[in-house]
Amino acid sequence: MSPSPQAIAVAAILILVIAAYALFGGADFGGGIWDLLAGSAERGAAPRGLIDESITPVWEANHVWLVFILVLTWTAFPPAFAAIMTALFVPLSLSVLGIVLRGAGFAFRHTAQRLQMQRLTGAVFAAASLITPFFMGTVIGAVATGQVPVHPAGNVLAAWTSPTAILTGFLFVAACAYVSAVFLVLEARQRGLKDLVRYFSLRATAAGVLTGALAGGTFAALPASAPYLYARLTGIALPLVAISIAAGIAVLGMLRLRRYHGLFLRVTAAIAVAAVVCGWGLAQYPYVFPTSLPLATGSAPTGSLEAELVVAGLAVLLVAPGFALLYFLQQRRMLTEAESDASLRLAAQPEPAPPGQPAAAPAPAGTRITTALVLAMVAIRAIRDAFSRTHRR
Amino acid sequence: MGTVAHVLAVNPVPARSQMGSSLGFHIILACFGIALAAVTMTAEWIGIRRGDAAALLLARRWSKVMAVLVAVGAVSGTVLSYEMGLLWPGLMGRFGAAIGFPFSMEGIFFFLEAIFVGVYLYGWQRLPPWAHWWSGMPIVAAGILGAMSVVAANSWMNSPAGYTLSHGKITSVDPWSVFFSASTPYETAHMVLAAYMVTGFLVAGVYAVGLLRGRRDRYHRLGFAVPFTIAGIAAPLQVMMGDIIARFIAHNQPVKFAAMEYVTDTARDVPEWVGGIFINGHVYLGAAIPAFDSILAGFSPHTRVIGWDSVPPAQRPPLVTLIHLSFDLMVGIGFFLFALAAWQGWWWWLHRRLLLTPWFLVPSAVGGVAAITAMEAGWVVTEVGRQPWIVYRVLLVSQAVTPSSGVPVTLAVILVLYAILTAVSIGVPVVMSRRWRQGTAAEEEAEQVPYGPSPAWASPAGPAPPPAAPGASSGSPQAP
Repeated sequence: MSPSPQAIAVAAILILVIAAYALFGGADFGGGIWDLLAGSAERGAAPRGLIDESITPVWEANHVWLVFILVLTWTAFPPAFAAIMTALFVPLSLSVLGIVLRGAGFAFRHTAQRLQMQRLTGAVFAAASLITPFFMGTVIGAVATGQVPVHPAGNVLAAWTSPTAILTGFLFVAACAYVSAVFLVLEARQRGLKDLVRYFSLRATAAGVLTGALAGGTFAALPASAPYLYARLTGIALPLVAISIAAGIAVLGMLRLRRYHGLFLRVTAAIAVAAVVCGWGLAQYPYVFPTSLPLATGSAPTGSLEAELVVAGLAVLLVAPGFALLYFLQQRRMLTEAESDASLRLAAQPEPAPPGQPAAAPAPAGTRITTALVLAMVAIRAIRDAFSRTHRR
Repeated sequence: MGTVAHVLAVNPVPARSQMGSSLGFHIILACFGIALAAVTMTAEWIGIRRGDAAALLLARRWSKVMAVLVAVGAVSGTVLSYEMGLLWPGLMGRFGAAIGFPFSMEGIFFFLEAIFVGVYLYGWQRLPPWAHWWSGMPIVAAGILGAMSVVAANSWMNSPAGYTLSHGKITSVDPWSVFFSASTPYETAHMVLAAYMVTGFLVAGVYAVGLLRGRRDRYHRLGFAVPFTIAGIAAPLQVMMGDIIARFIAHNQPVKFAAMEYVTDTARDVPEWVGGIFINGHVYLGAAIPAFDSILAGFSPHTRVIGWDSVPPAQRPPLVTLIHLSFDLMVGIGFFLFALAAWQGWWWWLHRRLLLTPWFLVPSAVGGVAAITAMEAGWVVTEVGRQPWIVYRVLLVSQAVTPSSGVPVTLAVILVLYAILTAVSIGVPVVMSRRWRQGTAAEEEAEQVPYGPSPAWASPAGPAPPPAAPGASSGSPQAP
């Protein structure tokens, strides 16, 4: 039984959304990681400031990607979703823990006044940035190696603690740090901060090399732990893997030579991440869990799949103009920090404030009370009528 | 099914408690996501229309509070999507294909909301006033539509429709019928009105406290009047809606209705119990209004009301006392808030000015907390009242709950974390308002909120420039 075209289409969309999350969410998590590694409060002030500046506006959108991944999976591939959520209860719970802690740290650090409080919330935020991608990585590792049983009876520790899954976790952390550092180089350059350009170039290179090494390590572990995936990755998905490797090397080269165009570097780094995610998706085909749960039996009825395709279309139709507007306004410099509220405060403050407002002369109270009484009588009458009618029935 | 024995051994109470506490927390923030934009935009409209600086200042400050609450709400909402799977894989594995569609729609509206919250917050300075006002409109629309989508999913659990089952597996789904199940119009309207009441009364309550403390300037009067009016319009509609919904539930989920009203046996001339504790078939400490329940359910004392004797004991909801008292609490608070709104409305109609006596302001100050209590009580009624079913008369909670051990641990962690998040969502606005009152304009402008108006990048001064040293901060307005 081959999967329906609708199932394939939804699976492809799911992979694209995962790639988007890996990219945008990854940059966001990576920012937290560099925040963590930035050193003491004085030394780390400059990079932390830059990280904060670039994460802040996009923070919320990243949750949207994650929510879409969850919803798409449970709608289109319900049995797989239930199995993953049961078997990988522990790493998934830990990744949620990271998300909540990040949220709390993020929302509070901006208003925390005392340095100590700032340090605490900052540390929580940064540490959580490490936890979440790591455990998400182990989840993906467990799925890709086909270690998630289709009908799990409870937690399956072995699924996500296999060497491959753990390596995938570390790979995710390194990849987040890499993507984020590349984007931060560009953010620093846009703002003309030469020191920070060098600072993050160095770190992007280091993280890139580490990511490459970890990817190589994971790949080396695959023939034993996930033979199907390995065969497909070296077979049909090989071009995508090659593109990812080439893009990764190109980014490192451009950073080393300091010859790059902002958009070009960004796109190349994005390709490096997206290509490997798509390669993974292609390598899994036609399975949701390699060799135990095929797409054909693991997907929802056509009605749900088509509804998801419509939703995806709607999302493009509704969200794309919104993003276009956001981009347009940003380019026209229409979206800036709030101006000083001083003028408003001055205008609002001084007021001798007679408790009564200059009122339009109210109609005499007598007429008002009479009107009210009449209205009340009519209302009571109407309700009575309603009751007596049902009574008779 | 081989897993049945195992499933029966699982205790769903920790999972239920975790879902209940996460939902109970998120729903409060969701209210602000749904309704605070409308309240803010009303103030902005007054500000622009009448050139009223106080109204504009209120709108700007409320939008900052909105940023904090939406950020926390995004987190708790994400947690809920996780929990749907982590706690109820039995539900998602069987019915994810059906229940997924409304959630997907919610995703779109959440996305739209996120984008336009960004535009609205960043656009205060450079966008023309009316263009800025209109940029808030999608937030209001997306808030209402998003709420409807999520509540539609809950409605589907109360009145499942739009799918066909064969051998316990869904074989076809009609997403449209899933979305518009029988309960959807009632539940969604009830929730959207509740969101407007919670937000309106809570914001008004803050300024009622200010007015009671003697800050009776135009800023505080407007800050009270705008949200109070919005909530006050929602209150009578809500009372009406509640009455209609009760009749619908008596018809559609009679066992839930029986638990709400202590109807043990199917009968006519059923009394309405106010208060009371149900123990061993007797109601203690309650007042019974003869035949009134029958009248409410069908406009006549002779209306037959179905009792919980209509189903075997295993299919009756537990904790009937909790369900009944929560229902009474919700109704009582609903009428209390309606009375408050009517009082102010009456006074305004007669005198064309705000009623600001302590006798009125003290109950108004607690109106927001009361509204939250009523909403939570309402969710207790509908969720506990649906027990032991997770999908009404289709799937039991015990069949849906995760077999994974470890839920008690996550429950404990969630309780601690949500205590922290509660502190954040209350603490941050409190800290901000203190600064607004005591601080100077320069401090206010240096203030940062999550992805909100932030000072321009100028000096690498650190993550959050301490407002005590406005010189170090970079917020000097870059007027064009």
